[in-house]
Amino acid sequence: MTPIGIPTGHPANSVATAAGELPAGLTPERLVEAYRQMTLVRTLDERIWMMNRQGKVPIAASGQGHEAAQLGSLLAAQQDGNCFLFPYYRDLSIKMSVGLTPTQVMLSFMGKAGDPYSNARQFPLQGADLKHKVIQLSNVVAAGLTQAVGYALGCQMLGDGTVTLVYFGDGASSQGETHEAMNFAGVHKLPIVFICENNGYAISVPQRMQMAIGDVAARAEGYGFPGLVIDGMDLLASYEATREAIGRARREGPVMLEMKVERLMPHTTDDDDSRYRPREEVEAAKLRDPLILFGDWLQEQGYLTAAQQAGYKAAATKAVNEATDAAEAAAPPDAAEMGKHVYAP
Amino acid sequence: MAVKSVIEAVREAMREEMRRDETVFVMGEDVGWRGGVFLATQGFIEEFGERRVIDMPLAEASIMGIALGASFRGLRPIPEVEFADFLWPAVNQLIGEAARVHYGTDGKLNAPVTIRIPYGGGIRGGLYHSQNVEAYFFHTPGLKVVAPATPYDAKGLLKAAIRDNNPVVFLEHKKTYRLVRGEVPEEDYTLPIGPAEVKRAGRNVTVVSYGLMLHYCLEAAEQLAAEGVAEVEVVDLRTLKPLDTETALNSVKKTGKLLIVHEDNITGGIGSEIAALAADEAFDYLDAPIARLCGPDVPTMPFAQTLEDAYMPNTGKIADALRRLAAY
Repeated sequence: MTPIGIPTGHPANSVATAAGELPAGLTPERLVEAYRQMTLVRTLDERIWMMNRQGKVPIAASGQGHEAAQLGSLLAAQQDGNCFLFPYYRDLSIKMSVGLTPTQVMLSFMGKAGDPYSNARQFPLQGADLKHKVIQLSNVVAAGLTQAVGYALGCQMLGDGTVTLVYFGDGASSQGETHEAMNFAGVHKLPIVFICENNGYAISVPQRMQMAIGDVAARAEGYGFPGLVIDGMDLLASYEATREAIGRARREGPVMLEMKVERLMPHTTDDDDSRYRPREEVEAAKLRDPLILFGDWLQEQGYLTAAQQAGYKAAATKAVNEATDAAEAAAPPDAAEMGKHVYAP
Repeated sequence: MAVKSVIEAVREAMREEMRRDETVFVMGEDVGWRGGVFLATQGFIEEFGERRVIDMPLAEASIMGIALGASFRGLRPIPEVEFADFLWPAVNQLIGEAARVHYGTDGKLNAPVTIRIPYGGGIRGGLYHSQNVEAYFFHTPGLKVVAPATPYDAKGLLKAAIRDNNPVVFLEHKKTYRLVRGEVPEEDYTLPIGPAEVKRAGRNVTVVSYGLMLHYCLEAAEQLAAEGVAEVEVVDLRTLKPLDTETALNSVKKTGKLLIVHEDNITGGIGSEIAALAADEAFDYLDAPIARLCGPDVPTMPFAQTLEDAYMPNTGKIADALRRLAAY
């Protein structure tokens, strides 16, 4: 993987292995907190899948394998303090970690009243969480890209200093709107970071059938801004690349980050990936599980103990149990809600 | 009061709103130094600058998508699509996205976007510069659809659309741009989106229409009056969605006879819905079958004069339909 636009060997691709020094803005405590959060999201993600099999969650797209990319970039956005997020449907770690409780997430997946995004009008965690500066309106891939670019245009017009981060998969990179969004962002040097979480599959269609190139990031050059390839299984690399990209976006214009990740689960709970994906490939991907890699690295650095890890897991399980109970007991939206909010006042 | 054309009224409405509200801006192909292909934004870039008059790349999906995103940030974009015929790449953002913003966020987010769309035929535009697109948006909850026929209505409704907190599809019939002139007040005024207007009072037959066809209906009504055949009441819908059924059906209840005229294709058109509503809500008042005079079910009015004429409803065809209805 050769980074495009920034010379090979740039710290973005080697932070995790650089001994001793942490990227700017990170402390061991923040990293351990990120690990705790990753444990909680993973535990919840696994529970949601189980609840689907029990018939209690109609649909879910798992983020397993994408957590380091998502949490690393979110950490950079939070550190910056003036970012607005347009995630996509696989971004559970982002949507939850901006400040939602496990119960709010579980209400959303079970289609109960109190879903913070759409009050259960939409698929889980879709709509808007404006309190935490997040919008994901649609299931049409790449529809959010032109919208995010429009948001960034608005921020530029108002001069408010906000940087917009928009997330999408390799599948969405094929859409015409992705091209239109990036082209316009390049023309106007908008304060936006395009983050492609490339897991190599558009549902079942492998990358070799989606594009003739190895790296989506290579396209950035054609829009007049840099594109970088990042190891998205490495939280520190994701953090550092996003941190630098946010700064550049605010000063000079767009950046594309292509975070190479593994999809550890089928596309959604409705998918059977054994029909198109060799088991050995999935098993090999699981060896790179970001939760394991990150935990091991924290231990090697002496930031985290095995006892702490076990404690986080136990606390996560307890929190998810409580969230599950609360969401199961919660009421669905009243049927009278159905006709409301077709038009804004 | 000054007499102005429809295009002048449209231009004046946007200019006034941009002066009144800093968050209003226009975007589209050729809207800048060219002033728009129909000159709707003539003089805007000189007055408001490139920041609020954005010449867009030739890519309609992003014109609508970027407008939508900017509206999420609290701006009030007025995207322009040069011809309705070029709108189709933007339909995902318009029908798929904009219409669902408020509903899909449980009322948290608004999409105050007014997309201006020159539409309609009778101008030798052929299959790709003549299309009527209203039925697709008429079908879509979450959108408002406005189709004024006169300069006065165009200005007042466009200003109301820009101030509206919902996505508004603003349809401007190209043939009316310079053909139709009328009095337009200099002062600030808006017209509410929704209410239809009785443009000519009558007692024997009701004809409901909008856009260019409204003018042909008025001409036909005058003919029938001159012939002493019937006094025709002409209802201008002005807004297609939400549809003002009350004004249209009150007229039908008075006259007992209903003709609906539009140049859009007949099947699944606005007329189908009005006919269904009349059958539902005014059945007891009807003295004749509900009649529709609309564009036939061919893809669009063709280029050749003979073929275009064959497609388009006109004053003569409308007068014939009214005579048949009056005689029933």
